Amino acid sequence: MTTPTAPVLEAKGLVKVFGRVVGLNDVDLTLYPGEVLAVIGDNGAGKSTLIKCLSGALVPDRGSILVDGSEVNFKRPQDAREAGIETVYQTLAVAPALDIASNLFLAREIRRKGVLGSVFRMLDTGEMKRQASDHIKRLGISTLQNINQAVETLSGGQRQSVAVARAGAFGGRVVILDEPTAALGVRETGQVLRLVRDLRDQGLGIILISHNMPNVFDVADRIHIQRLGGCAGVITPQSHSMEDAVAIMTGAKKLVPEAG
Amino acid sequence: MTTHVDSEATPAPAEDFLNRPATPAQRIQSVLHRQPALSPAIVLVLAAIVFSLINDRFYALQNLSLVAQQVAVIGSLAVGQTVIILTAGIDLSIGAVMVLASLLMSKLVADNHLPGVLALLAGAAVAIAAQAVNGLLVTRIKLPPFIVTLGTLSIFTAITLIYAKGQTVSLDPGNILMWSADTVSIGQLNLTTGVLLMIALYAVVGYALRYTAWGRHLYAVGDDIEAARLAGISVNRVLLSAYLVGGFAIAVGAWILVGRVGGGDPNSGLNANLQSITAVVIGGTSLFGGRGVVLGSLIGALIVQVFVNGLALAGIDPNYQVLTVGVLVIAAVSVDQWIRSVKS
Repeated sequence: MTTPTAPVLEAKGLVKVFGRVVGLNDVDLTLYPGEVLAVIGDNGAGKSTLIKCLSGALVPDRGSILVDGSEVNFKRPQDAREAGIETVYQTLAVAPALDIASNLFLAREIRRKGVLGSVFRMLDTGEMKRQASDHIKRLGISTLQNINQAVETLSGGQRQSVAVARAGAFGGRVVILDEPTAALGVRETGQVLRLVRDLRDQGLGIILISHNMPNVFDVADRIHIQRLGGCAGVITPQSHSMEDAVAIMTGAKKLVPEAG
Repeated sequence: MTTHVDSEATPAPAEDFLNRPATPAQRIQSVLHRQPALSPAIVLVLAAIVFSLINDRFYALQNLSLVAQQVAVIGSLAVGQTVIILTAGIDLSIGAVMVLASLLMSKLVADNHLPGVLALLAGAAVAIAAQAVNGLLVTRIKLPPFIVTLGTLSIFTAITLIYAKGQTVSLDPGNILMWSADTVSIGQLNLTTGVLLMIALYAVVGYALRYTAWGRHLYAVGDDIEAARLAGISVNRVLLSAYLVGGFAIAVGAWILVGRVGGGDPNSGLNANLQSITAVVIGGTSLFGGRGVVLGSLIGALIVQVFVNGLALAGIDPNYQVLTVGVLVIAAVSVDQWIRSVKS
């Protein structure tokens, strides 16, 4: 799956400390377009800190982040979003009372053309609904039928699908998913993972943070293992077993360096 | 382990149960959930029918004109209160700010001989500045809106009393500040310019809530502030804007109040703080934020006035009017809880 093209997102030598606590200790990460890179690690291994730096929620103390080869400086999540990096959070970050279309376009609404839009700030709800249903159709989310449905009437999996669809629709380059299935049941998890594959097949780079080894081995092309604030290695589902991954994660086993 | 579960699997018994037809109660609940102004509208129509059966003077156009005029001040404040409550906030100081603004407008004309237009603008500026204080305390110091406005309620009330020195101010009828009391006749219906001002305020804010991105963001923030933040909405700006819009509504209310009082009176509008909240709550806007429409608050204010007016015409002790309003509030919030309870 990973053709050796230029990486879409690169992190080099990231360091982040919180007081005396080391969150990230010289971490490198490389993400190619059209691949799913899973990030696993024990609690406190620096997974969340790592992706927060990549999504602009935290500013790293040292190190650099490159998008399509050029260095970026994210100060806020909006900066990352403008660079084409969308993040889906573990908490279902959707507005319950608004409908699916409104949620997809939340904070990036389309206004009417002409005076109605420029002076009266009128929203183009028709256009947003049309585009929203295009996105939903393109992503093949069959469970979201009625675009006018309020999000609070949806199941957890459907809500997370809305969040993933939003990220997929606007993430020009990279979609980061932080434990997207932690709150979901098996069937709903299946829906979300299928979406993740679809987004990858459309050429997006996907970073998936998960605790769920079967899910990770099912969907990931490469697996980045965090341990004690540093990167303990990058493996693939083909090169290593789940038991190996857990062993490396917990420090029971050291990864033999390999080209990967 | 299995992740390739087909979502279009054959209907299981649970699926069957989920797709069962809705009971009539559930259907009503679902309709009321989508149309927050519907239940107060039904109450208003029923109340109007009952009161006109009790006393046929209720439906006299003269009486309806009176109801409309009496509702104009609280109705305007309720617009600001609705916008703030939609963000899951509350403004206990809204009436106190209005009285301060109306007194300032009147005194600038009567004592300082300022032209009416300038006094009006100065009053509006003070109302918006006072609301900016509320909004900044909520967004910057991160205090709960209830506590902030409980404090500023005392502060603004005290400033008003200190400034008034126990005196009321009356204005000449010709002043622009008194324009809000001018009669506008539509057929037999005698409205005031103030009533039309209030309706215009509802139209503008109602439009902004329904058709602009600002409106969407306001609902999203009130609904789930963390989700709104993660979606990329500048929640502090939205919260502050709600209080500033509140300041604008207060300015309109203060103008109408000057017209009704005939000047500035530090003791006018004593109950306006709570009356505006009453109108919003009876109007179907949820105190938990994110659900409601401004039109509901107008209906809510009208319901209160119709009950007060209708009970008076029916010759019932005024104390029962207050009691009835209390019952209405409890009933409205109970209905809101019921509507929020089932979500499908």
